[in-house]
Amino acid sequence: MLNWWLPENVSTFGRDIDWLFHLIYWITGITFILVAGTMIAFMIMYRDRPGRRAKYTHGSTPLEIAWTIVPSLILVVLTFLSLPAWSRIKMNIPPTDIVVQVTAKQFNWQVAYPGPDGKFDTDDDKKFLDEMHVPVNKVIRVNLKSQDVIHSFFVPNFRIKQDAVPGRTIGAWFDATKPGQYEWPCAELCGFGHSGMKGWIYVHTAEEYAKWATENLAGAAPAAAEEKKDDKPQSTTEGKPKS
Amino acid sequence: MSATTATAHGHAHTEHHELGFVRTYIFSTDHKMIARQFLFMGLFMMILGGLLALIVRWQLAWPETAVPGLKLFLKETGGILEPSTYNMAFTMHATIMIFFVIMPILAGAFGNFTIPLMIGARDMAFPLLNMLSFWVTATAGVIMLSGFFVEGGHAAAGWTSYAPLSAVPQYTGVNWGQNLWCIALFVMGIGSMMGSINYITTIINMRAPGMRLFRMPLVIWSLFITAILLLLALPVLTSGVAMLLFDRTLGTSWFRPSGGGEPLLWQHLFWYFGHPEVYILILPAMGIASEILPVFCRKPIFGYHAMAFSMIAIAFLSWVVYGHHMFVSGMNPALGMAFTVTTMIIAVPSAIKTFNWLGTLWGGRIQYQVPMLNALAFVGMFVIGGLSGIFMASTPVDIYIQDTYFIVAHIHYVVFGGSIFGAFAGIYFWFPKMFGRMMNPALGHLHFWGTFIFFNLTFFPMHIIGVGGQMRRIYNPMQYEFLQHQQHWNVFMTYAAICLGISQIFFVINFFWSLFGGRKAPMNPWNSNTLEWTAPSPPPHLNWGATLPTVYRGPYEYSSPESKEDFLPQTAPPGRVPAAARH
Repeated sequence: MLNWWLPENVSTFGRDIDWLFHLIYWITGITFILVAGTMIAFMIMYRDRPGRRAKYTHGSTPLEIAWTIVPSLILVVLTFLSLPAWSRIKMNIPPTDIVVQVTAKQFNWQVAYPGPDGKFDTDDDKKFLDEMHVPVNKVIRVNLKSQDVIHSFFVPNFRIKQDAVPGRTIGAWFDATKPGQYEWPCAELCGFGHSGMKGWIYVHTAEEYAKWATENLAGAAPAAAEEKKDDKPQSTTEGKPKS
Repeated sequence: MSATTATAHGHAHTEHHELGFVRTYIFSTDHKMIARQFLFMGLFMMILGGLLALIVRWQLAWPETAVPGLKLFLKETGGILEPSTYNMAFTMHATIMIFFVIMPILAGAFGNFTIPLMIGARDMAFPLLNMLSFWVTATAGVIMLSGFFVEGGHAAAGWTSYAPLSAVPQYTGVNWGQNLWCIALFVMGIGSMMGSINYITTIINMRAPGMRLFRMPLVIWSLFITAILLLLALPVLTSGVAMLLFDRTLGTSWFRPSGGGEPLLWQHLFWYFGHPEVYILILPAMGIASEILPVFCRKPIFGYHAMAFSMIAIAFLSWVVYGHHMFVSGMNPALGMAFTVTTMIIAVPSAIKTFNWLGTLWGGRIQYQVPMLNALAFVGMFVIGGLSGIFMASTPVDIYIQDTYFIVAHIHYVVFGGSIFGAFAGIYFWFPKMFGRMMNPALGHLHFWGTFIFFNLTFFPMHIIGVGGQMRRIYNPMQYEFLQHQQHWNVFMTYAAICLGISQIFFVINFFWSLFGGRKAPMNPWNSNTLEWTAPSPPPHLNWGATLPTVYRGPYEYSSPESKEDFLPQTAPPGRVPAAARH
């Protein structure tokens, strides 16, 4: 039933997220049915009827212990299932194939690929507005910036969301598993044009991407070389930027 | 046990010089009058906040069509919301509901009314400060409302007012609206500090003879803990909004990166206040439910100590979970892990409370009167709101659902399903004591069932569209191809929200009709044990006659073998049966 609600997942770590989502869905769903069922049963069984006196009890220590320990154990298990996925997604970014720089502004995504010099923020950068082209099954690293307010990079089909914070460059990544075109909204209120601030991410097959790259990134160096293994997690605060 | 005997005693002590109209009804230092003032202020603001919510819902269901009735205010557009007006509507809906509805009603009205009456004090420790607390809060309310009338409109950066969107006027096009928002919250923070100091001092120092800490009703425990949270959390917001105002008006750069500031600092300050704030909103409602369930189950609360300690645990933990609002903010992911752990831990005391409420129902003699129905709805809705919170505690899942309608559903299950049902339960329960008249049960049932059904129809589908990816705070879902297939839910929820609004009319009628024409309330209409029911309805100035009540036992001795009746007031001296030294 949830698969019908969730948009199709087309990213590698999206599978981890969906798996956890479904796990929590079942745990909370069953808990809710048990709690609500007990509550309704008690409400019917113990409704006021003449000639009956309520039980005079102040509680039960064994029960208190039981219903402290059982939820604690479930939550411990959930924590230990969540943390590795989080660390895979946010802290141990796999070796990067392509680096793209995205600078958010009110109310667009500005996408840049490095020019022949292999560096960003130089005159030969190849720039696009509200569209990004990437090959399928490759690790794409996005260096996320903002030039005004906080925006949020959200691609529902990739299960990725990362705020773009002015004054910082934040590293995000994804690895799309299926060619297609995917909607790319901003998920953080960023002003009156927030609604409708969106782009498209085009995931191409290897051949199509090569074709697109020769047509649009002519002479551009593969940017991956620039990034070393010291791909530290996210969020390196830049020196205080210019106005 | 008629009301007359108590008032006869009362005459011995009540002051003979009558206070004038102004000192009785406006600048009153009587905690009961201040409670009524907070209640009226909160209910008035609730109408406004509710209408703003309906405007938001209208836009989401039928984007860019004229909102009925708005033509009067939006002449240029003929009643159609523009994106900036829409942003203003949801910003002010949340701001008003949180700061000027739930806080004044739960902490302000119930805190003021119940604390002295339930611990056996004649008034608050600092009556004058108490009066100031209300008038400062009311001033804050007026400042907040004035923002609607300035050029550029009211604040439109969300109730969270994330910098730098909120810190630079050009980014939103809002100038004095956002400034007034900051000033109003600053003033409100001062009012709340006065109130919380008063609550804490009163509870620590002014309990009646025999009222030990662990004989206090749980609602007093909850308000005590809430007051501590208010005292420690609100100043962080107060300083935060002052810094924001300085960034906007004096050219400082706390939050503006262009001048060397740090946008995430605002989020740290805001959520360091904001998460304890969530518990400030829900703890008094938990207390009210814990008060009402035993009365209408005719049974002691299950696990009194577990209930008190779990609230203390929640209060401590509420300081170390705030980072879960910032999982995708760019905060160091290692810190995110720490906040996952604490967030999972805080679910445990909430679970303990829920199970103890169920334990209270077990073996009871449940009477389905209107306060009880609302208290039961509180428990049920809190369970849903609590369980949906677990999705967010799991960081990887939170990446996806952060800033979607799933979050909107979650907060409304906690704050409407929890706090507002708690507030309604409290109003129906204490109305007889507060105003000396009973509310009409038939209208009460109509109001309850309408609210309960349409609340769920309005907010439950938000989980579904949230899972579908619909972002919060968007003006028009139809701008997104991946959201268009679920637009019918938005239409459905808006119809439900309109019915939810209409259901509140029963409450308004009931409230005002009962105020003047309700049946006169006896002293103890619910056969309850706690001290407030030993004072006349409504209690006179200084609450009791010459002597204050003496407390002999805990507050929940229902169906005790010590008594032939099914209740045993805290003030009843121990009888012939040797007391089994229990609470």
